[in-house]
Amino acid sequence: MKKHIAFALTFILCMSVLTGCSAGKTSGENGQVIVYNWGEYLDPEVLDLFTEETGIEVIYDEYETNEIMYPKVETGATEYDVVCPSDYMIEKMIENELLAEINFEKIPNSKNISPQYYEQSKEFDPENKYSIPYCFGTVGILYNKTMVDEPIDSWNVLWDEKYKDNILMQDSVRDAFMVALKKLGYSMNSTNQKELEEARDLLIEQKPLTQAYVVDQVRDKMIGNEAAIGVIYSGEAIYTQRENPDLEYVIPKEGTNVWIDSWCILKNAPNKENAEKFIDFLCRPDIALKNFEYITYSTPNEEARKLIEDEDIKNSKIAFPDLSKLEHLETYQYLGEESDQLYNDMWKEVKSN
Amino acid sequence: MLKNKKNGWLAIPYTIWAIIFILIPLVMIFYYGLVNRNGDFTLENIAAITEPEHIKALGLSMLLSLIATLICIILAYPLAMILSKLGLKQNSFIVLIFILPMWMNFLLRTLAWQTLLEKTGVINQLLAMLHLPALNIINTPYAIVLGMVYNFLPFMVLPIYNSLIRLDQDVINAAKDLGANNLHTFTRVIFPLSLPGVISGVTMVFIPALTTFVISNLLGGSKILLIGNVIEEEFTQAGNWNLGSGLSLVMMIFILISMVISAIADKDGEGGML
Amino acid sequence: MKRFLERFYVAVIFIFLYAPIVTLIVLSFNNSRTRAKWGGFTFKWYSSLLQNHTIMDALYNTLLIALISALAATIIGTITCIALNRMQSKTKAVLLGITNIPMLNADIVTGISLMLLFISFGFRFGFNTILLAHITFNIPYVILNVMPKFKQLNPNTFEAALDLGASPVYAFFKVVFPDILPGILSGFLMAFTMSLDDFIITHFTKGAGIDTISTKVYTEVKKGIKPEMYALSTIIFITVFVLLLIINAAPVKKKKQGELQ
Repeated sequence: MKKHIAFALTFILCMSVLTGCSAGKTSGENGQVIVYNWGEYLDPEVLDLFTEETGIEVIYDEYETNEIMYPKVETGATEYDVVCPSDYMIEKMIENELLAEINFEKIPNSKNISPQYYEQSKEFDPENKYSIPYCFGTVGILYNKTMVDEPIDSWNVLWDEKYKDNILMQDSVRDAFMVALKKLGYSMNSTNQKELEEARDLLIEQKPLTQAYVVDQVRDKMIGNEAAIGVIYSGEAIYTQRENPDLEYVIPKEGTNVWIDSWCILKNAPNKENAEKFIDFLCRPDIALKNFEYITYSTPNEEARKLIEDEDIKNSKIAFPDLSKLEHLETYQYLGEESDQLYNDMWKEVKSN
Repeated sequence: MLKNKKNGWLAIPYTIWAIIFILIPLVMIFYYGLVNRNGDFTLENIAAITEPEHIKALGLSMLLSLIATLICIILAYPLAMILSKLGLKQNSFIVLIFILPMWMNFLLRTLAWQTLLEKTGVINQLLAMLHLPALNIINTPYAIVLGMVYNFLPFMVLPIYNSLIRLDQDVINAAKDLGANNLHTFTRVIFPLSLPGVISGVTMVFIPALTTFVISNLLGGSKILLIGNVIEEEFTQAGNWNLGSGLSLVMMIFILISMVISAIADKDGEGGML
Repeated sequence: MKRFLERFYVAVIFIFLYAPIVTLIVLSFNNSRTRAKWGGFTFKWYSSLLQNHTIMDALYNTLLIALISALAATIIGTITCIALNRMQSKTKAVLLGITNIPMLNADIVTGISLMLLFISFGFRFGFNTILLAHITFNIPYVILNVMPKFKQLNPNTFEAALDLGASPVYAFFKVVFPDILPGILSGFLMAFTMSLDDFIITHFTKGAGIDTISTKVYTEVKKGIKPEMYALSTIIFITVFVLLLIINAAPVKKKKQGELQ
């Protein structure tokens, strides 16, 4: 028996050494930058290009929702440099003094972002001091034309018995409540206990009809014909349509959320200079274009949009919606600690039901 | 040598290690569980278990893990008996075959079931080919029980098998010589003697099943909240460590109960995996 | 009839245990991206897996953490056993009781408690925190394996060696060590396995940019299952399988050689 265990040990050792050799890392001679971004929200090649050009190693970590990102950043257990939160989360982080003011002079490419998005950012970052827009879009319904034979224009379809087990809901507090609040005709930033209770009951009523609560998975499940209807971010529309032409994206008539995800530098960032270089790199038109082609989320980068060759996409209403023409659009706001707690508790009630 | 106390200092490194990495962390859970956000003593984090959504999650966890444990016993016992009767020659290999899946990564095993069970998954493709109705158990409690049974079955087979091969064949022969039929030999002799194995198997299946959040997450479509999910989300999303710690303390009470039961039933530690 | 039923039963369980794994293996060679269609045979997922340096890094981290944590746990565990063996039964019982905690407690509680510890003491989450956590839950498995071997030891041989003028350390390595070696090795292997398979504790103690296979699979599954994951499962399964075959084939061979001689 001894010998065989010894044999096994040697085997394990050899394997470790082998994988150690093959897993060659591109380590940076100019330090590193630690980036915390949404899942599938950047072309991985861009990271390699950045390291090649600047000699800065990128340590890259991903999260699924703003809510998962926040406690990790807040505890400071991992010292991130760059994060990419959404509007209301940026507001919360500014309020809790987690973000550093950005030195725009060090990020010359930030001028490539169209001024209208800086204007829009003022809702959560009043003086445009903390954030540089990266992507924007809406939340809407993606449906499969072969499984749905009526025109869809309302959130009501998510409560339609016909589509039992064929509905995918967003597994994030604010997005789920947004759908219910909008269907009821309330503001998605409601802090009114009664309105929220109504929304909660509506979500509980919907639960038996949903197939699952998902975040990033909605994309693959819709492409794979797993479900007929899914709540999805507009940025996924182009990608999913390319992979499965039966899919169609609509913005419901009751109105929806319009969001901006922006790059921010954290106050306790250990590598501030590298973080500036990283954000500047991402704002470069060719890089922004590369990212746009990979993730297909609308880019606020005017110069990058000019570079898009495919005229259909360049002028696509889905990729670049004219936000001024849509009605009932709202941006999420940070509602304060107490309301956050209220939303969380109610969401837990929905999920445990 | 045995009473030579000179070498007692050799235990010091580990004692320090155990204090820092085992005891202090536990104390911290107690601390967080017993204070509120301002650091004042409170029992509300523990009392929170009585809130309907928590009690529901705990109840469902108990129910599903009990069912899974029961299924594991029913499946594992006959298997262990058959395996224990095999000749010594093929013995170790065949046993290894049944542990092998355990060596594969836990996440990959669960992923396999997601692939199999999904609406357009492999099982439904096969059923459709045979013109049979589709099997829709993904994202239901059934899928979670299935995942638990699949993942933890080897933990039940092994201890039972170990306690069965340790059985003295003479005892069984004696029972038969004294006129007991097969059924009697089993219920009066074999089963009681293998009980330590069964019980250690039960704790090895029940505790991970009770506290899982991965299986319910991957096979339950985030629609089914077990107590493990509640605790995990308090730490990773809601950011309420106090509540998360309080609920962990409640969960530890159940772990403690099942440990005490197994300790009473398995006094000499005979039924372990080794 | 009874024999047939028994075989049938074993076969059914066997299929239950292996069908999912076989499915993964088959799918890893499927040329089409969706599970729904068989698009022909391909190796492309394997090559894209090997080129995916984040997955390869995760594999490397997994093996490195398993190896170092198992080694460290083996050394600490064995030394502790030497001491435990000579201790008064009261202190011994207390220490063994503490040792049992991480083994019997739920992983989620162990993970969370370590996370709280690391955060409060200002550790930076990363490779080191995972390693410390793994060593912590590995030591008990080593002690569990080594302690019984000490119980079986004949204390007189050690004393005899001392009487004959050997230094305690020399005597330990010459007399005691060979007898407890099997326990140490099996403890090491068990610790290694536990570390390889762990997800929950790593999930709570890992930092930015560091992943083990388990945590990598978890994030990948959340994003949508990619065929590369099937290829990875296949490689891991085959490695483990071959390993077991080798371990098992070896004794048979030796016996045969023995017979020939």
